[in-house]
Amino acid sequence: MQRQPDHLPLIKRLLLATALMFGFGFALVPLYDVFCDLTGINGKTSTMAATADKAVVDAKRTITIEFLARPNADMPWLFAPQTQKMTVHPGEIKLVYYEAQNPTAATMTGQAVPSVSPGQAALYFNKMECFCFNQQVLTAGQKLLMPLQFYVDPALPEHFSTITLSYTLYDMTKHAPAETVTAQVSTGGNDE
Amino acid sequence: MSTVTHDHDTAHHGEHHHHAPSGLKRWLYTTNHKDIGTLYLLFALTMFFIGGAMAMVIRAELFQPGLQLVQADFFNQMTTVHGLIMVFGAVMPAFTGLANWLIPMMIGAPDMALPRMNNWSFWILPFAFAILLASLFMEGGGPGFGWTFYAPLSTKYSGDSTALFVFSVHIMGISSIMGAINVIVTIFNLRAPGMTWMKMPLFVWTWLITAFLLIAVMPVLAGTVTMVLTDKYFGTSFFDAAGGGDPVLFQHIFWFFGHPEVYIMILPAFGIVSSIVPTFARKPLFGYASMVYATSSIALLSFLVWAHHMFTTGMPVFAELFFMYCTMLIAVPTGVKVFNWVATMWKGAMTFEVPMMFALAFIVLFTIGGFSGLMLAITPADFQYHDTYFVVAHFHYVLVTGAIFSIIAAAYYWLPKWTGHMYDETLGQWHFWCSLISVNMLFFPMHFVGLAGMPRRIPDYALQFADFNAFISIGGFAFGLSQLLFVWVLVKCIKGGEKATDQVWEGAEGLEWTLSSPPPYHSFTTPPEVK
Repeated sequence: MQRQPDHLPLIKRLLLATALMFGFGFALVPLYDVFCDLTGINGKTSTMAATADKAVVDAKRTITIEFLARPNADMPWLFAPQTQKMTVHPGEIKLVYYEAQNPTAATMTGQAVPSVSPGQAALYFNKMECFCFNQQVLTAGQKLLMPLQFYVDPALPEHFSTITLSYTLYDMTKHAPAETVTAQVSTGGNDE
Repeated sequence: MSTVTHDHDTAHHGEHHHHAPSGLKRWLYTTNHKDIGTLYLLFALTMFFIGGAMAMVIRAELFQPGLQLVQADFFNQMTTVHGLIMVFGAVMPAFTGLANWLIPMMIGAPDMALPRMNNWSFWILPFAFAILLASLFMEGGGPGFGWTFYAPLSTKYSGDSTALFVFSVHIMGISSIMGAINVIVTIFNLRAPGMTWMKMPLFVWTWLITAFLLIAVMPVLAGTVTMVLTDKYFGTSFFDAAGGGDPVLFQHIFWFFGHPEVYIMILPAFGIVSSIVPTFARKPLFGYASMVYATSSIALLSFLVWAHHMFTTGMPVFAELFFMYCTMLIAVPTGVKVFNWVATMWKGAMTFEVPMMFALAFIVLFTIGGFSGLMLAITPADFQYHDTYFVVAHFHYVLVTGAIFSIIAAAYYWLPKWTGHMYDETLGQWHFWCSLISVNMLFFPMHFVGLAGMPRRIPDYALQFADFNAFISIGGFAFGLSQLLFVWVLVKCIKGGEKATDQVWEGAEGLEWTLSSPPPYHSFTTPPEVK
C-alpha cells in the first residue's frame, strides 16, 4: 500500500465551511432586513414614529395616496379605511382614520402590518402616529377608529406620483396575549 | 434485489484475501467505493422509477381537461414529491454514485479517502426517502406546496407532514455534504503521482467544483427548512409578516441555495460529456483548459443570479437588470463548452455507439434548454413566462435531456468497465431512439402551451390546451415505458454478455481504462505513474 496522507486538516476546514454556510443562511435574515431598510425594496415602512421638524411643505407637487386595508384570511375582523384616496403636498401632515370591528363573541388581538408600493417610496413615507405601531385589543363586538398621521418626505424622487399604502390585519390572539405596546421586530435605521 | 446480488458477484470477483461479510450485511457494512457507487446508482434508478410513476399520475390527470383520476390535493402532492425525488433522490445520488465509482479509478487511488463516512452518507439516504414517501400515506397526505416549498404555503397552509418533509430534507442534505467532503478530500489527497491539477480528467474537475458548490449551499437549504420548521411549529416569524418577517425573504434564501443547486445537477454532466465525446470522435478534447475555467466561472456566477427566479416579486428595476445581465453572462462559459464539444467532433473519426448518441442528444437538447433559460432571463418577457408550462419545458430540457441523458450516457459508457460485459448495442439503440422521440413529444409542446398561458402546477386547464396536453401525455407514457428498455439492457449486461476488453472503447483515454474489466476490488493498490 502507499503513503496514508493525513486527511484531518482538510476535513476540519470543510466542516468549518459547512458550519459557516449554515450560519450564513441565518445571517441572511438580518442582512436582508438591513438591506431593505437602506433601499426600501420590500416596501416595509419604519416601525418607529417619525417627527416632522425638518419637513417643509412643497406646494408645487401633489402626490396621490391610496389607502388599502384587508384582514388576513384567518382574521374575522372588519377592517377598512375611512378615506380611500387623497392628494397631499410633500411635507404636509395629514390625519386619516381606519375602522376596525371585532364581530366575534370573544376578545381578540390584532396587528396591522403596512406595506408601501412602489417599494422604494416606503423610505419617504413617514408615519408620525400609527395604529400599526401597537397591537389592538377589541372585545366582542367592539368598534374602533384608529388614527394614522403621516407626511410624505419632500425628498421623494420626482418619478413617484402615487403611493399606495396597504395594511394587512393579522390575528395575534394566540401569538401575543395582549400585552402592552409591543414594538415590532425590524431594526431601526430610520431618519431619527 | 436479484440484480444487486448478482452485481455483488462480479464486483467481488478476484478478491480472495478480503473477508467481507456476505448477504445483506455485506452491503450494509461495505466501505468499498465500487460497492457504494453501485448502491447509489441502484438507489437513484429506483427513485427515478418512483418519481417517474408520479409523473405518470400527473400526465394521466392532465390527459384531459377537468378532474378525472385524482383530487387536486393529491395532484399537488404528486408534483411536489416528483420534484423532490427527482432532484434529491435520482439525479444527485446518481452523480454521487458515478463519482464513487469513477473518481478513484480516474485519479489512480485505491478507494475514496473516507470510506466509513462514504458508507454512512449512502445508508442514511433510504431513510430520508422512506420518511418522505411515507408522509404521502399520512392522514392529510404528504407535502403539496411544490418542491420549492414557498412560505407561507409551507409554513401556514401546509399539513402535518411538513415536519417529516423537513427532516427528510435535513437527512438528504447531510448525506450530500458528507459525499461532497469525501470527494474533495479524495481529489486533494489521493491523486496518483504526476497527476497535476491540469491533468485531471474533466469529470473529476467538474465533480470537484460541484462538491464545493454542495458545501456552500446545502447548509443554506438546511437553514431554510429549519426556519420553515420553527415558523410552523415553534412560533418564530422568519417568513410571517404578522410577526415582522417577510415571505419574500424565503424566496431569497431558497434561491440562494436553489440556483447553485441547478449547477450541482449539471456540472458533472458536463464532465461526463467531455469524457464521452473525445472517445467516439477519436480526438483529444478541444480546449481542456478553457473547459476548466468555464466550469469554474459558471460555478462562481451561479451565486449572483438567484433572483432571476423572482422577477415578479416586485424587485426594483435596477435589481432586475443586475440579475438579468448576470444570468445572461452565464451563457458565455456555457457556450464555450458547447463550442468545445463541437470542435472536438470536427473532423473526428466519429462512431455512434449508444453513449455517444446520448451525449450528442445531450449537446443539442441541453442547448435548447439553455436557450429557453436565456428567454426566461429577459426580465420583461419573464413576466409572461413566469409560472407557465414554458418554465416546465425549460427545466425539463435541462434536467431530463441534460442531466438524466448524461447519466444514462455515463451508464452505457462505463458499464462494460464496471461489469466486464458489453451491453446489448441493438437494445441500447432502441432505448436511445425511443427515449429521444418520446422525450421531445413530452417536453417540446410544453413550450407552446406555456407561451399560450397555461399555468404550471394546476390539475385542470382551459379547453384550448386539450390537444397539446393529450399529445404531451402520450409522449410522457412513451418516455416512461422506454426506460424499461434501459432496465432490460442493464440486467442483461450485469448478467452476462460479450466479454469487454480492458480498453473497452477504441478511443478511450484515462486511467480507468488501464484497469481490468471489471476492475479489481481495490482500484489502484500501487499508484500508477502519470506522465
